[in-house]
Amino acid sequence: MNFWANIFSAGVSNGTALLFATMGELLAERAGVLNLGVEGMMLMGAVAAYGTAAATGDAWLGLLAGMLAGGFLSLLHAVVVISLRADQVVSGLALTFLGAGLALVLGEGLASARGVPTLPIYSIPLLDQMPFFGPVFFDNKSVLVFVGYLLIPILWFYIYRTRAGLHLRAVGEYPAAADSLGIDVYALRYFYVLAGGVLAGLAGGAITLSITPGWFSEFTTSGYGWIAIALVIFAQWDPVRAAVGAYLFGSLRRFTLDAQGIQNVFGIANPFFYDRNLQFFLEMLPYALTILALLIGSRAAIRKRLGAPAALGLPFVRGERGTL
Amino acid sequence: MPIQTVELRNISKRFPGVLANDRVNLDVRAGEILALLGENGAGKSTLMKILYGMYHPTEGEIAVNGQVVQFKSPADALAQGIGMIHQHFQLVPGFTVAENVALGLKSSRGPLTDLNVVSQRVRELGAQYGLHVDPNALVWQLAVGQQQRVEILKALYRDASLLILDEPTAVLTPQEVQEFFGILRRLRAAGNALIFISHKLYEVKAISDRVVVLRDGRVVGGVATQATNQKELARMMVGREVITQWEKPAAQARETALQIDKLQALNDKQLPAVKEVSLQVRAGEILGIAGVSGNGQRELAEAVVGMRLIRGGSVRVNGKDVTHHSPAQMIQAGVAFIPEERMVMGIVREFSVAENAILITHTEPPLSRRALFDFRAVNTHVARLVREYDVRTPSLETPVKNLSGGNIQKLILARELSRSPRVLIAAQPTRGVDIGATEYIHKRLIEQRSAGTAVLLISEDLEEVRALSDRIAVMYEGEIVGIVPPTTSVEELGLMMAGAKKDS
Ligand SMILES: Nc1ncnc2c1ncn2[C@@H]1O[C@H](COP(=O)(O)OP(=O)(O)OP(=O)(O)O)[C@@H](O)[C@H]1O
Ligand SMILES: [Mg+2]
Repeated sequence: MNFWANIFSAGVSNGTALLFATMGELLAERAGVLNLGVEGMMLMGAVAAYGTAAATGDAWLGLLAGMLAGGFLSLLHAVVVISLRADQVVSGLALTFLGAGLALVLGEGLASARGVPTLPIYSIPLLDQMPFFGPVFFDNKSVLVFVGYLLIPILWFYIYRTRAGLHLRAVGEYPAAADSLGIDVYALRYFYVLAGGVLAGLAGGAITLSITPGWFSEFTTSGYGWIAIALVIFAQWDPVRAAVGAYLFGSLRRFTLDAQGIQNVFGIANPFFYDRNLQFFLEMLPYALTILALLIGSRAAIRKRLGAPAALGLPFVRGERGTL
Repeated sequence: MPIQTVELRNISKRFPGVLANDRVNLDVRAGEILALLGENGAGKSTLMKILYGMYHPTEGEIAVNGQVVQFKSPADALAQGIGMIHQHFQLVPGFTVAENVALGLKSSRGPLTDLNVVSQRVRELGAQYGLHVDPNALVWQLAVGQQQRVEILKALYRDASLLILDEPTAVLTPQEVQEFFGILRRLRAAGNALIFISHKLYEVKAISDRVVVLRDGRVVGGVATQATNQKELARMMVGREVITQWEKPAAQARETALQIDKLQALNDKQLPAVKEVSLQVRAGEILGIAGVSGNGQRELAEAVVGMRLIRGGSVRVNGKDVTHHSPAQMIQAGVAFIPEERMVMGIVREFSVAENAILITHTEPPLSRRALFDFRAVNTHVARLVREYDVRTPSLETPVKNLSGGNIQKLILARELSRSPRVLIAAQPTRGVDIGATEYIHKRLIEQRSAGTAVLLISEDLEEVRALSDRIAVMYEGEIVGIVPPTTSVEELGLMMAGAKKDS
């Protein structure tokens, strides 16, 4: 494998966890609920998945536990912001701390667990023989990577082509209109916040059981929960763009590692190879670029008048005068 | 089964501090248009929201075709054939017409959307009732009148045979109102029942078969439209005689207070909306701007008060150049503004009546001293404003969003006029306001002008413009096509509003 295929191959694997978390947040936000607690839900998912797998010896059971844990946390958020109409930002941040704190407590001692099973790895015959694309997308991939491939078109189709998707979008754009036609705004918002939590839990489980197996306390998720929130905005709430963003971000992370291994770039000495202290700057790069992409992405969104669901972050109360 | 009769029996609705409906009895039959009249805050919208399942009545029951029904939500009302077109449209702006119609409906393709089928049916219904609109157009790109058609289509698509129309004409131009009435007549002829709410008595007279009047939440009368006239309806509504034509003292116009020179501004779509407009308003006169909405009046007003970027030209107040001043600086300069979108611009919805009333003057003594409010002074001040301007509110602490539209407008008026501005920009000051309050606002505007304020009045209501203005400027496609005296006939103004130039 050459240098770039290596990077993108790792990017697709890394990006899969990010993809799940981003898709989950995308669903919640499409329904009008901002959930900043993704990092907390991912950590909970990660620890629940890894812990369960360690205890039962079954990686699949672990993954299920991770999804349940993420879903459970998100329900707290749903109750607080949908039923009690509290501020979504505050509740989301609280959820982050709650999730991270719980995960650290529950994960005590997990770091030294041995012989924890991981999820199976597959190669797709024939497809994996393709030059470049084979190794990047189809060779030696976690089963979840393939699940991710399926999720992208399914979600796209779901959001834009089905009745349920139409209702989802309406609830996020103008809940009063949906309500006046008999759509249950509260129920739908609960459902999609829950779906977001389950996907965030899945993302956490994907990390500990497959992508970078193991429990490394709060570093396990490398801030992916926050990146997911940024990616949703960057993707302008579109699942296909979100997927591209997730894979690209994953690749960037790998690039910063590999870039340290080269001695010369076009004949010039690579400073990152010779001075290990500079690596921090390199590791910052993906996150800095995320902010940049966000700036550019949101400006484009404003110009084109698309993007954020209009009722994002607003509680819904039936019959209030002139509200969304 | 289509609706034959719907009865409201002894309906009461209590909100904190208000009895919005008080034992109301009302019935409507297939094939008639029932007009519901009442001042702002009389309880019309509340009653209709109960009929549509959005509110639960505190007491009373609803019967459809003689059977008592319970509505837990609008979906239940729709299932019984009751549809409502709200004062504020309930449309998803980013959706197409077909998507808006399809929301919440079963689809012929199961879990998938069947927008083609919906579009087809929308076209058929459109042809049947004259509700023409492109099913594939995005709603936010449609004119207000077309959005309203979408609302009606939504209800018809669901087989509604009682249509509730809450102030449907408030947002329409005079031409659109005529088309709209044509649609209503066709709907009536097809055997539907309609409930029509409006503050314009001539509309009620023109379109309805029967009128029911609400006052303070109670039914105070019902008459056949044939057997009554506008004067009587006004008296029933307000409880006293209403003056619609003001004797106004001759203008004592003095020096120029507001001078606009070759002003240019863009609209929200970044297209030129105000094209080199020059106007002078003198102290002690009302200059009316007539025009069909969307011809740059709104952008003109916003540019003058500093809320919209000025792309060229200048604005002077009392000779001082105030071009590119911020709204705060314009307030300092003595400019007051009554905005068109009062729910968005004129008030802070979540703030109380008192807080909204002092939004502008709160930093000045006696309301505040050394960065602290003197709440006693604030309360006396606001209580006086509320009394003087007849703002009907349960208390000074009530959030403004709970007031009826007309009362919000009176509150804004009270706030803006109470600081004796040199220049007053009033955009659609009486839209959605009842005749009693309209009368009052008109009186105040004339008083203010006689006291020496320069008033720039922007209105689509030609009667209003003619009744109040000392001079009328007609605006068309961002330009002033002529300035004429208020005695100019409606026909001639209409021609100018359609772009016919007039040398003056
Ligand atoms: N959600 C609410 N909470 C509290 N009070 C309310 C609410 N909705 C309406 N009210 C009050 O109920 C009364 C009736 O209001 P309603 O909106 O029905 O009047 P309306 O006749 O439709 O007036 P308008 O002509 O201005 O539309 C008013 O005093 C109003 O302040
Ligand atoms: Mg009303």
